[in-house]
Amino acid sequence: MFRFLIRRVIGALVILLVISAVTFFLFYAIPRDPARMACGKVCDAELLEQVRVNLGIADPMPVQYWHWLQGIFVGRDYTGIGHCNAPCLGYSFTNSEPVFETIKTDLPTTISLALGAAFFFLIIGVGAGMIAAVKQGTWMDKTASSLSLLGSSLQIYFVGYIAMFFLVQQLGVLDPPSYTPFTENPGAWVSGLLLPWLVLSIIFTANYTRMTRSQLVEQLSEDYVRTARAKGLSGRNVFFRFAWRGAMGPIVTIFGIDMGTLIGGAIITESTFSLQGLGTRAVRAVTDSDLPMLLGVTVVAATAIVFANILVDLVYALIDPRIRLA
Amino acid sequence: MTPPTASAAAPLEVTDESAEKSTTSPAPNPSESRSPGQLAWRRFKRDRTGVISACIVIFFFVIALCAPLISALYGKDPYTQYGQEIPGLLNDAGFPIKANGGIDGDFWFGVEPAMGRDVFTFLIYGIRTSLLIATATTVLVTLIGVIVGITAGYLGGRTDFLIGRVIDVLLSFPSTLFFIAFMPVVYGLFVAPDEEIPTSLRATCLILVLTAFGWASIARLLRGQVLALREREFVEAAKVTGASPARIIFKELLPNLWTPILIQSTLMLPAFVTAEAGLAFLGVGIIDPTPDWGVMIQRGATFYTDDITFMIFPGVSMIIFVLAFNLLGDSVRDALDPKSKR
Repeated sequence: MFRFLIRRVIGALVILLVISAVTFFLFYAIPRDPARMACGKVCDAELLEQVRVNLGIADPMPVQYWHWLQGIFVGRDYTGIGHCNAPCLGYSFTNSEPVFETIKTDLPTTISLALGAAFFFLIIGVGAGMIAAVKQGTWMDKTASSLSLLGSSLQIYFVGYIAMFFLVQQLGVLDPPSYTPFTENPGAWVSGLLLPWLVLSIIFTANYTRMTRSQLVEQLSEDYVRTARAKGLSGRNVFFRFAWRGAMGPIVTIFGIDMGTLIGGAIITESTFSLQGLGTRAVRAVTDSDLPMLLGVTVVAATAIVFANILVDLVYALIDPRIRLA
Repeated sequence: MTPPTASAAAPLEVTDESAEKSTTSPAPNPSESRSPGQLAWRRFKRDRTGVISACIVIFFFVIALCAPLISALYGKDPYTQYGQEIPGLLNDAGFPIKANGGIDGDFWFGVEPAMGRDVFTFLIYGIRTSLLIATATTVLVTLIGVIVGITAGYLGGRTDFLIGRVIDVLLSFPSTLFFIAFMPVVYGLFVAPDEEIPTSLRATCLILVLTAFGWASIARLLRGQVLALREREFVEAAKVTGASPARIIFKELLPNLWTPILIQSTLMLPAFVTAEAGLAFLGVGIIDPTPDWGVMIQRGATFYTDDITFMIFPGVSMIIFVLAFNLLGDSVRDALDPKSKR
């Protein structure tokens, strides 16, 4: 178990290193001068040279990358700007704030969005899938299957606006999407994010219903289920003690992937509902050519995905004892 | 005593069977001598959902191909701002005067608010752009995925390890984020920062970026399949008879891989359609005034509170297309691989 964790974490760090390096070199391959952009509107040759030195852009690329990596672990000093504390991802070109601070202010929105949506799509999706599997062939099964097919064809950038138009503007049953910190006002936190949660869960539910159903159907036809039934265990007992465990593995896997993607930036969702999270920050960084910001968001997003995968493997092993971590 | 009798009985039975077969074989029996392809086609034809969704998908492709012809017959184009030129279409605030987004006999799907373009032609040209990009991407992704997957699986060893790690990294990239982040990089490779980016270049760059991040999953799938096939007797036999690697790959392995390749690529195309539209929606893919599904939704988003009709057309047509294509993908899988469970 411990050795498995160590190995996976090292593997994850290697992947993150590769991703950050690829991103770093590709972004700096854009034939635009980063110093020119950091310098702002009032800029002469002397100032430009100063900015170039301050940002460390005068150095060769690998040296720059090395400084950037160093910044994450020990912090970094910028001449003329000051010291940037330990997890330092550089300074944004546009708002001249440390990138990490900006990401920290955006992260709660993105995490709230992901967790709330997960709560809904797990309950609805897995629940519907279970009902469909147990009541195979009935109208409930057919409804669940067709709804999940429809749901998987929906797009957030369309459904989101339609929902906002009808539920918020016309009927007024939901509040317009906004983010209030949970610690400030839990009620406003829920009411502001309820619409994005529901819309996200409509789209994500489909996959879970389908997966849960097919996994359970497969498990319920296994020999061990028949044996357990023959020994006299009740249907409910077999279902919740054995079949369920066997079926959950693949669902945990896709859940991990989905959570990684959602925390890594539900870019389209955040733009649709005009929420200020990691995703919208990334889009703005692209339009502003704010390289340090873009690099920072990418690395944070990749970290979320990679570590979500490790977490998934651990949970997988807890649910299904047949999987041995070695 | 028992074993000899059993072994004696066995060949007897076999000769019986072959004798029976030889009597029936002269008569043309339709249930025999069918290729797997013909069998799959027969299974597919019996699947009503599959046939209907195939018709819908074909309908969309025909519209996309014939967009110039349709708009010529209809008498309008997607670029002219009719609302600005013809009085009585848009009011002072820029919204259609007639109800339901200005739908009438002249403008079948209404008039776009503010710009005043014709929604119908804009939509069919938009479908044309989106399908062109998605189809080209699917073809490229399949091609690269197949080549890389088979190479990795067949060669094994260090090559396989290296390709496997590249796939690992690619699959843990946050994909949407990378699409939006890399578009400017790719544009920057071709065009100086201040220059206008031509539409054809935008489309090419989109295809390149979508392909660069798309091939990994199909390559991984095929690698696994090849690993299983490589150890089979017929491949061994081909190797022993001195077949070249190219022959083994193209004549022995590839015919066994058509099923997963076809299934994967039919499931991939709608995903690329929505990915492309998503990028256009975010403003990093195809941009206005080029007609595109995502561009239309982005335009619609700016005035959805006042005129929802405009958004309904691209939104609903995209849902119909994606739904039909997903159903088609399921039917293709059922037809080619009847044992697989959903």
